[in-house]
Amino acid sequence: MNKNLFKISPGYEEIMPAEYLDLINDGPYGKNYGVDDLGTFKELLEEHPLCAGCGLALSMRLILASLPNPEDTIIVGSTGCSALAFPQVAVQNIHSLFGNQNAVATGLKRALKLRFPDKIKDVVVVAGDGATVDIGLDMVMHSWFRKENITTIMLDNEAYANTGGQESGMSQEKAVLNMAPTGKKFPKIALPEVAQAAGCAYVGEVSPLQAKRLGKMVRNAILIAREIGPTYLQLYSPCPTNYKFKSNETMQKIKDRVKDGTFKVKEYITPEAEQFLAGIEEGKK
Amino acid sequence: MIEQKVMDPQQLFFEAERQEVFITGSEIVKEAVKRANVDIAISYPITPQSESMHLVGDLYAEGYVKEYFRGESEFAVMSEVIGAAMAGVRVFTATGGQGALRAFENFPNWSGSRLPLVCAFMTRGLNAPLSIQPDTLEMAFMLDTGMIILHAEAAQDIYDMLLKAFIIAEKTDVHIPVGVFMDGFFVTHTRDKVKITPAEFKLPPYEPYSSPIPVMDMENVPFRHMRDPFVMKSNFISYAAHASWQQEVLAAAERSRRYIQQYLGGLVEKENENADILIITSGTAVSQSQEAIAMAQQEGIDVGLVKIKCIRPFPTAEIQQLAANAKAIIVPEFNRVGWMCRELKSVIEDNTKVVGGPRVFGGMTMPPEMILDEIRRCTQ
Repeated sequence: MNKNLFKISPGYEEIMPAEYLDLINDGPYGKNYGVDDLGTFKELLEEHPLCAGCGLALSMRLILASLPNPEDTIIVGSTGCSALAFPQVAVQNIHSLFGNQNAVATGLKRALKLRFPDKIKDVVVVAGDGATVDIGLDMVMHSWFRKENITTIMLDNEAYANTGGQESGMSQEKAVLNMAPTGKKFPKIALPEVAQAAGCAYVGEVSPLQAKRLGKMVRNAILIAREIGPTYLQLYSPCPTNYKFKSNETMQKIKDRVKDGTFKVKEYITPEAEQFLAGIEEGKK
Repeated sequence: MIEQKVMDPQQLFFEAERQEVFITGSEIVKEAVKRANVDIAISYPITPQSESMHLVGDLYAEGYVKEYFRGESEFAVMSEVIGAAMAGVRVFTATGGQGALRAFENFPNWSGSRLPLVCAFMTRGLNAPLSIQPDTLEMAFMLDTGMIILHAEAAQDIYDMLLKAFIIAEKTDVHIPVGVFMDGFFVTHTRDKVKITPAEFKLPPYEPYSSPIPVMDMENVPFRHMRDPFVMKSNFISYAAHASWQQEVLAAAERSRRYIQQYLGGLVEKENENADILIITSGTAVSQSQEAIAMAQQEGIDVGLVKIKCIRPFPTAEIQQLAANAKAIIVPEFNRVGWMCRELKSVIEDNTKVVGGPRVFGGMTMPPEMILDEIRRCTQ
């Protein structure tokens, strides 16, 4: 992005909204900030309309703070709770239809490669579990099979939260939710394993409880997607509203799941991707 | 990439020398795309469309199209073209029949997203029972998607309409998708004489920043494709925002009329339009009607013909004027629902004179004698 486009014409500083000025003066574009810098710069997400204690909102803030190249990142979202927050995100982002996010991202990335052959343009998909594992699964998997250079991040709150808490493929077995009145009849879908089999060069499971780790994994996923191939991250992001816990218990919920063994941080990387990351580290020295 | 010279659209359409070739409708799609300076084409097989997108694939292999691949379903392809168009390149795809309905959710989304996509629709019957045969039923569903809808009668129309569709779609004050419909098999799989321009000339490239909405390339101010936070709320402002956006899509289609006039010479073509009996229709039903009119003339019956080339926006004023003095209006169609008849009845003041039919469907041909029978009945 040419940051000159983003400057305010002289004389208009006073009438521009404060948050816009903040973004220009203290935004993360071109600064290479990370999770550690949160609180010292203007975040890309301007407030958000999500529920108090929303795990997904926290994951979104951490993702956005970890983008290696926010000034040249385009995010493709999907229908769901996150779609309510994305209009307030200061990188270009697309909401198209429910479930078509990886197809849209495919076309977008290929077209950007044509238009900007010598420039990095990161395309990152950020969508909920319903959009990723249910309605959009064929397009998610085909983007992996085709080795598209895109990062897919699932905000996994284990339900269709925006429509009122229905069972999704990512809900745990036996969970009683709307449309699963006697409990879910099959296990949480093992999408990270599917992603590995489908050709992702890097796959990870993490949650906002491990904020720094999450930041590093987002960064890895985006860097690897640029050069090596598709990457997948699954962020466990509990939903207080539909799972009916207090808004200050979100982190505790994750801790409980770590304790009972139903959630743990996982990382998978192909040797090629590992070598690529090592090369970047080498370059830094 | 193969080197082609850019030619001004007006010049390419109206002044460039043309050579006559005798090829199929699918081959004509290839010839049009070859000259259209297409950046990305995305395909998915469905009869009777597949061959045309094979040939567009050949254009990619030959270096006329920059990027091409087969998507995983029609729904996915019609979403993949969204991403490509939002990134600011010229995109082409094609489908038909079941494929169009499989992808359906995308079409109003294309219009609402103001994307200048051009899609060829090679029409076919809809299941069940299973059919791959020609039938224009799918067009009934497409009428209110917000797209501009052109209907080709024969191969020459395919060539001209496809090339012109890009230019009409990409006008800043239009910037909505154009569907170029053609009757599957009847025109896609038959040979016809077509006059085409030299392959060394192509249309100018798409200018992404001519888009009335931001291009998703992070080369302009960070911005969501559409500012819809308020649209997602339940209050008057949000309803008004959504309503005005929808009205703007309709207005964009209205604004396309003058470009359709400029490039296609109008939304309708007519001959002998002052006759008491008029046939008004579109697509290959026009060709069949011409045969029937010639037969009627031999019996001393005078019949006029109106060919509708553009169905959205609909040529309301033209039809009202043409229909005013006719005593009977016959509407032959290749589908069971008679959507063209419904359209005409909705705008013609005295619509009791509109005869719905003849109609054939399920793949049947329409013998001119069927239309002639209708003409004879109208004289009684």
